[in-house]
Amino acid sequence: MPDNSALAIRLRDIVKSFGPVQANRGAELEVAHGEIHALVGENGAGKSTLMRVLAGMYSPDSGTMEVDGRDVTGWSTADAIAAGVGMVHQHFMLVPTLTVAENVMLGSELTRGPVLDRAAAEEAVRKLSAETGLAVPPAARVADLTVGQAQRVEILKTLYRGAKILILDEPTAVLSPPEVRELWQVCRSIRDAGGTIVLITHKLDEVIDVSETITVMRAGKTVARMATAGTTPQAIARAMVGRDVALALDAEYMGTPLLPELGAVSALLEVRDLVVHGANGQPVVKSATFSIAPGEILGIAGVEGNGQTELVEAIAGLRPYTGSIALASRDLATLNVRARGDAGLSHIPEDRHERALILDYTVAENLILGQQHRFTRGAALDTPRMLDHARELITRYDIRPDNPSLAARALSGGNQQKIVVAREMARDFKVLLAAQPTRGVDVGAIEFIHARLREARDQGKAVLLVSADLAEVLALADRVAVMYGGRIVALLPRSGATPDTLGPYMTGAERAA
Amino acid sequence: MQKYALSSALTSNAVTLPPSRPGTSFHRIMRKLLLLVGVLLVVHVALLFAHPSGAEKPPAGNTVDVGVVFDLGGRGDKSFNDGAYLGAERAQKELGVRVRFIEPGEGSDRESGLRLLAAEGMDLVIGVGFIFTDDLTQLAKEYPTTKFAGVDYSVATDKDGKVIPPPSNLAALKFREEQGSYLVGALAALVGKSKKVGFVGGMDSPLIQKFEAGYEAGVHQVCPDCTVLAQYAGVTPEAFRNPGKGKEIALAQYQQGANVIFHASGSTGLGVFEAARQTNKLAIGVDADQYAEAPGYVLTSMVKGVDNAVYDAIKKTKDGTFTGGIYQYGLAEQGVGYIYDKNNAKLIPPDVHARLEQLRQDIVAGRISVPSTK
Amino acid sequence: MSAPDPTLMPVGDVPAPAAASITRPGASRRTQLEEAVLPPLVALLLAAVVGDVLILTFGQSPGAVYRLLLDGTWGNAYGFGQVLYKATTLVFTGLAVALGLRAGLFNIGAESQLAAGGFCAALIGLVLPAGFPALLCLPVYILAAAIGGGAVGAVPGVLKARFGAHEVIVTIMLNFIVLALLNYLTSTRLHVPDTLHTAEIRSGRLPRLADLWPAFQGSAANVVIVLAILAMVGLWWFLFRTRRGFELRAVGLQPHAAEYGGIDVGGVTWRALALSGAIAGIGGLNYVLGYKHYYEEGFATGAGFLGIAVALVGRSHPLGIGLAALLFATLSQGGLAVNALVPKQMVDVLQAVVILAVATSVPEVRRLLRMRRGGGDR
Repeated sequence: MPDNSALAIRLRDIVKSFGPVQANRGAELEVAHGEIHALVGENGAGKSTLMRVLAGMYSPDSGTMEVDGRDVTGWSTADAIAAGVGMVHQHFMLVPTLTVAENVMLGSELTRGPVLDRAAAEEAVRKLSAETGLAVPPAARVADLTVGQAQRVEILKTLYRGAKILILDEPTAVLSPPEVRELWQVCRSIRDAGGTIVLITHKLDEVIDVSETITVMRAGKTVARMATAGTTPQAIARAMVGRDVALALDAEYMGTPLLPELGAVSALLEVRDLVVHGANGQPVVKSATFSIAPGEILGIAGVEGNGQTELVEAIAGLRPYTGSIALASRDLATLNVRARGDAGLSHIPEDRHERALILDYTVAENLILGQQHRFTRGAALDTPRMLDHARELITRYDIRPDNPSLAARALSGGNQQKIVVAREMARDFKVLLAAQPTRGVDVGAIEFIHARLREARDQGKAVLLVSADLAEVLALADRVAVMYGGRIVALLPRSGATPDTLGPYMTGAERAA
Repeated sequence: MQKYALSSALTSNAVTLPPSRPGTSFHRIMRKLLLLVGVLLVVHVALLFAHPSGAEKPPAGNTVDVGVVFDLGGRGDKSFNDGAYLGAERAQKELGVRVRFIEPGEGSDRESGLRLLAAEGMDLVIGVGFIFTDDLTQLAKEYPTTKFAGVDYSVATDKDGKVIPPPSNLAALKFREEQGSYLVGALAALVGKSKKVGFVGGMDSPLIQKFEAGYEAGVHQVCPDCTVLAQYAGVTPEAFRNPGKGKEIALAQYQQGANVIFHASGSTGLGVFEAARQTNKLAIGVDADQYAEAPGYVLTSMVKGVDNAVYDAIKKTKDGTFTGGIYQYGLAEQGVGYIYDKNNAKLIPPDVHARLEQLRQDIVAGRISVPSTK
Repeated sequence: MSAPDPTLMPVGDVPAPAAASITRPGASRRTQLEEAVLPPLVALLLAAVVGDVLILTFGQSPGAVYRLLLDGTWGNAYGFGQVLYKATTLVFTGLAVALGLRAGLFNIGAESQLAAGGFCAALIGLVLPAGFPALLCLPVYILAAAIGGGAVGAVPGVLKARFGAHEVIVTIMLNFIVLALLNYLTSTRLHVPDTLHTAEIRSGRLPRLADLWPAFQGSAANVVIVLAILAMVGLWWFLFRTRRGFELRAVGLQPHAAEYGGIDVGGVTWRALALSGAIAGIGGLNYVLGYKHYYEEGFATGAGFLGIAVALVGRSHPLGIGLAALLFATLSQGGLAVNALVPKQMVDVLQAVVILAVATSVPEVRRLLRMRRGGGDR
C-alpha cells in the first residue's frame, strides 16, 4: 500500500514546448490516492501532453513531478511503468495479429523455458479479467475484436504490468453508450481496489458521471480544480472556455417550419444500394439506401467504425463503390472529387488533421482547398483574390487570429474547424456532408458550427450529419438513421428518436429499417 | 477534511495564475543557438591560427617540380595508379624532385587537376590512365613550355590508319602488355599440364584483348594443342570492379579443367584468387605483384613497370633530356615482366623458369614477335 | 482514503488567449529569419571546427589549408569558373531532388537521370547536321535531355501511381539498370575507339564563359549556368505561385487532404517524378553542350547523389539550393586545390560532416528521423 499521507500525483509548474508551440506552460495537477480524477479542457489545452509527461514519454522543460511523494521529475516510461503508472492511449498500441493474451504479455512474457507459456498467459489474463470486470476472450486475435474490447485489452495490459495509477486518454470516443457504462463500472472497481485513475476528456457528462475531482486546463495552464459533487456542467464549461456558452446538451431540437414531406419534393441526395468495400476486401457499407430532401438534416448516429466514414467518403468520391449516388437527380458515378464539388457537394470531413486541412498551408490557402482551380489567373494562383476571399471568411466566421497568412497548424482546434466549415459553406453547394463536425472542438465553437448547419438547412440545402455524439444528432437532425455493421438499421423521424429508442440499434441488439 | 495540502494558487477562490513568461522556450532555444554560433566561431578562429610543427614544408631550393594526377578513385588500386605513385616517390627520394599529387573527385576534375598543376608552373605534369588522353593533348598545346606525360596514353590514328603523333612536349608512356602476357601464357601452359588454361578479362576492350592475344600466343608457343578458355566480366568499366563475377567465371573455368587462370580485370581478379583458393588451383596476377592477395595460389604476376616509366620520365626531365613522343615499354625496357622471387619459386620448376628466360631473350632479340591483337 | 473536498471552488477570470498555446502568431520576420538561418549556421560552423581538427591531425595548419581552399576557388577567375561549372550541374540535380521532396517523393535516381539526359543530348548531337541553326539547336537539346531524364523519372512515377511501388527502391534499381545500359551502348556501339566517349556533337555547342570574359580562360564554366538560374526561378514560381505547384506541395504534405481537395494524387506523383527526372536530365547539358561536347561514361559521377545533399541542405527551396550547390562545388574544387597539403579524403569527410550537420538541423529531416507518435491533442 502506498504512503497515503502523500498525494498519488503532484505535478507543479510543468512547462513543455515543441519547437515554437508551448503545450504546457505552468500546468499543475494534484491527484489523491484512490480517486477518479477528471482532467478536462478543450482540444489543445495540453491535457495529453501533461499526461505524457507524467507517463515518462516526454521530459518537461521545467517544473517538478512527484508520484507517491517521491520526486520523479523527467523519468522514463520504464521508470513510470516500474512505479505503477500506466497510460491507455487514444490510439491503441496493440499488435493486431497476436491474441489478447499475447498482447497483454508483450514485454513481460510468461515463459516455460524458452517457450512462451500460452496456457499460463491466458489463465493470467482470465484471472485479471474476472477481478476487474474487463471481459475479453483471452485467446481471440486482437484484429477480430471490437474497438471496445480492444480498449479493454489496453487497460488489462496496463494493469498486468502492475499499474496503480491509470491514465485514460479520451477513452469513450470510440465506445457506444452501453460500453461507456461498462467502462465506468470497471473504473469504479479499480478505484475500490485501491487504484487511482486520471481520466482525460472533454465531455462534461462523463465528468459529472464518474469523477470525484476535476482539474480544468486551458491554453497549457491549470485554471481550476473543483470537487465534482459541488459543480455543474456550466461551471466546468465556463472554466474550460473562459466565458459562458450554450451547451450542445441543452440545445433543444428546433424543427424547420417547412419540413417537406418526403417524396413531395425531389430529394437533393439520393443513395441507393450503396456498397463500399474496406481495405481487406470485406464490405464495410452493405447496401445503404436513403435520401435527403431540400431543407432537411439527416443525422446518422451510431458507434464509430460501423461504416459511417466509408459511407461519407464514397459519396464524396474518395472511395470506389457500387450502387448509385445522385445529387439533384444527377448520377455521380463518373464524377471525381473535384467534379462532385463543382456539381454542388460540400464536405466537412471527420479527420481534420489528415483530410480537411493542410496544416502547413496558410489559412488563406486552406480556404481554397478543393476550389484551387477557381482561383487562378492563367497557370498561376490569383493571390490577391485568395486573400480577399480569406479576409472575408475570417471576418464572417470569426476565425482567430485573423491573419490569413498564418499556417493552419498555428490555430486552435476550434478555429481550424471553423476554416473547414467556412470553406465548405462558402462554396456554392446543394448538399453538405458533415462528418463529426464538432469533434475535438471547444464548446464555444460547437455552438457556432451548429448554428451554421441549421442555417444551411434553412436555406434549403440537404445536410447529411454523421456524429458519434448522440446528443448532437438529436439536437440537429430532422430524421435520424442508425448505422450498425455497415447497414442502416433504423431510420426514424426525429419525434420517435430518443437515446432509449436508439440505444438498442446502436449496439446491434435490434434492427428495423 | 482535507488530508493533503492543495497548492495555494489552486485552492484560493479567485484563481490568478502568473502571466505567461515573455521568454518562451522557443526564444530560449534561439538565444542558445546564437550563443553556440559565437562559441563555435571563437573556437574556429582560434584553430585557424594553430600551426603544428612541420606544416607547409619550406621549398627546398631550386629543383624540378612534378605533378601527378591520378584517375578517379585510382590511388590504392594496387595497379598502375599505385605504380605511378611508387615511381614518383622514388624519384622524389633519389632525384630530390618535388612531387605534388592530385586525386580527382569527378570527371571534370581530371582536366582541372592537370590545369592547376600546369598553371602552377610545374616542370612535368603526368596523367595516369588512358582516359587523360584528350585532356593531356589539349593542355600540352595550351602550355607548350610545360612537359606532359600520359601513362597508357592512347595514340590516335587518322582516317588512313596513320598514327597522329602527340604534341612535342607530351610523352605517351605505353606498355607492351602482350609481351608479358606471352611469358605468363607459356608459364601457365607448362605448369598447368591439363591442356587447358584460363583467362579472365575485365571490360571487353582492345586494351584487354591485347593481354589475351599475347597470353594465347604464349600458351600455343609451348603447347600447340592447348585450349585457352577466355571470358570477359562485361563490356562496361564496371567489369573491372566485380569480384563476384570474377569468381563465378574462374570457378567455371577450373571446373572445365583449367589449372591456371590469368586475369587482367582490376579488382574483379580478387574473385579469381578467391576461386583459386577455394579449388586449390593457381591464378596469375596482373599489373603489380599480387602474391599477397592469396599466398600459395598466385603462380606469378604479369607486372607492368609503370613505376619505372614514371621514374624515367621524371629523370629525363631533370636531366634535360625529355622529349615528347611515343615510348613503348616492353620486355627489353623492363616495362613489363613477370614475378619470380622466393615467394613463388617453389611453384615454378627450374626448367620451366629457364624456358621462360629463353623466351624472354628471344622476344628481346626480336626472334619472336608477339601479336597484340587477336 | 482521502475524501474529496466537497466545496466547489469557483473559477477565476482568466482571459482566454486568442490562439491557445501557440507562440507562432507573434513570430516576427526576424524570428522567422533566425529560425531559418541559425540552425544551418551552427551546423556549418560545427563542420568547420571538425575540419580544423581533421587538418590538425594531418599536421597542417587549418588557417593555411582554408586559405588555400579559398584561393583555389573564389580567389581566382579560373577556380571560380570551376566552382560555377560544378554548381551548375548540382543546381539541376538539387532542384530535381527538391521537386520530388516537395511532392513527398524521394528521388534517388538523379544520378541516372542526369546521365540519361546527357546521353540523349549527345545522341541528338550526332544526328543534327553541322550548321543546324544555333537558335533552333538549344530547344532541341533541352527537349532531348528533358525527355531522356524525364523518361527515367517517369518509370518509378508510373509504377508508384499505378501499383504503389516504392519510388526509393525503383529509382535505386533504375540507377543500376540505366547506367549499365548507357555504358553498354556507349562502349559497344557509340564510342570513339580507345576512349569511353561518343563522337563530338557537330552543332549547337554553347560558348564557355571564357569566351565572354577571358579571365575564365580554361575553366569549364559555360552559359548553361544561365539555364540553371532560369530553372531555379522557374521552379520557385511553379512551386509557390501556380495551381499545379499548390497541388504538388499539397500531395507532399498531406496526400489524404490533397485527395480530399480534388487533387489527382497519382497523377501528381508520376508527373512530379517525370518533371524531376527531366530537370536532372537537362543538367547533363552542362557537360555535353557546354564543356566536352560528347557523352562520356561517368561524366558527372556522384553529382546525382550529391544533389540529394544539395536539396536537403538547401531545404528544398530554389534559393537555398543555389547556395548549397555553390557550397558543395566550392568544397569539391577546393579539394583539388588543397590536395597538396591534405589527402582528398579529408575534404570528403568534411563534405560528409556538412551534410550530416546541416541535414540534421533541418526540421524536415528531423521529422523524417523521428518516430511518429500517436495522435491526440498536444
